[in-house]
Amino acid sequence: MNPLYNYLLKLADDSFIMGQRLSAWCGEGPYLEEDIALTNIALDELGQANNFYVYASRVADNGKSEDDLAFLRHEHEYVNAHWTELPNEDYAQTILKVYVFSVYQKLMYESLSNSADEELSAIAQKSLKEVRYHYTHAASWMKIFAQGTEESRGRLVKAVDNIWEYTKGLFAKVEGEDDLIALNVAPDVEALYENFVSVTTRDFQDFGLEYPANPFMQPKSRTGYHTEYFGFMLCELQYMQRAYPGCTW
Amino acid sequence: MKLKNPLEILELVPDPEIPVINIVELGIVREAKVTSENSCEVTITPTYSACPAMFTIEEDIIKIMKENGWDAKVVTKMFPIWTTDWLTDEAREKLRIYGISPPEKGADEHHIGKPKKCPRCGSMNSKQISRFGSTLCKASYQCLDCLEPFDYFKCH
Repeated sequence: MNPLYNYLLKLADDSFIMGQRLSAWCGEGPYLEEDIALTNIALDELGQANNFYVYASRVADNGKSEDDLAFLRHEHEYVNAHWTELPNEDYAQTILKVYVFSVYQKLMYESLSNSADEELSAIAQKSLKEVRYHYTHAASWMKIFAQGTEESRGRLVKAVDNIWEYTKGLFAKVEGEDDLIALNVAPDVEALYENFVSVTTRDFQDFGLEYPANPFMQPKSRTGYHTEYFGFMLCELQYMQRAYPGCTW
Repeated sequence: MKLKNPLEILELVPDPEIPVINIVELGIVREAKVTSENSCEVTITPTYSACPAMFTIEEDIIKIMKENGWDAKVVTKMFPIWTTDWLTDEAREKLRIYGISPPEKGADEHHIGKPKKCPRCGSMNSKQISRFGSTLCKASYQCLDCLEPFDYFKCH
């Protein structure tokens, strides 16, 4: 069991699955500029995933390439947070997903920039520049929806009610992560979660949204147990590589 | 036969998306280390994590170096992190002439869409159409004086 390998897959899988979900908006955006925004964000995430998968492949040193790791693992081997695999549903839920994920990534990358692992620190510093943009974009839409029309507010409130219980799952640890925290390679997720709660509480006040009061949080994030949505999404994601093994451009 | 200086050769490699600017002045090429009589190790750094042009750039480097007698190996190094602050004033002017408003110096931490200078008429009376554009590095603006749309190369 290699803690660094597990941790790299955690970071990679999050970005990869988030990118996969957002890519589905390509050509389907509500208008051109938002189509472009979401696909830019998706592409940023895929780039980050690539950096982590390449590093993971090197650490594993078992002949598996970054593509093998991304496309050919079984569903129980993916350790992305449940949050990332939830469906896009509508624009309100999609923006909520991007907003929450960007708060998480901003806090996480800020901390990871100080990692004792030089390569992780470099990837984090680079990724942080990109996710700041995602945050600004999503946060401004959260405010517009919350203070817009009855419909926009209604859809956003419904999304928050439906999926907020998956937010804490982003802060779940993978096997061996405690060792990395002790070595200052990975940030302390408990501290990250506290910051997440205070940032989102402050933001919700600014948006004019009621902060979710129900403390229930869905368990089993990052354990290999996935929501019912994951299987369908994985079929699409892995189709080409499984139908045409070894395919290249 | 003495081979041409690698950096001079690499200045001939344009950015695939913005061909008026080369990969050396963009700050993508970090180092060209001669390792033997005709072997060279070129270190590049990615602009954005997912920039698809980086694949083309790597191929272009190997090709043009080979054409000039060099056997080049390309190495990607992430640190120090690429920043638009590395762009020279000449490079920024080339962007402007091409129709892209160049990045302001110093990071625009909040990316809140402050007005940018129109590359055509020079007016600061512009508005942001989108924080994003056709490539990861650009945002979309419109000038409210000459009414032309323009791309802004984002501060990074």
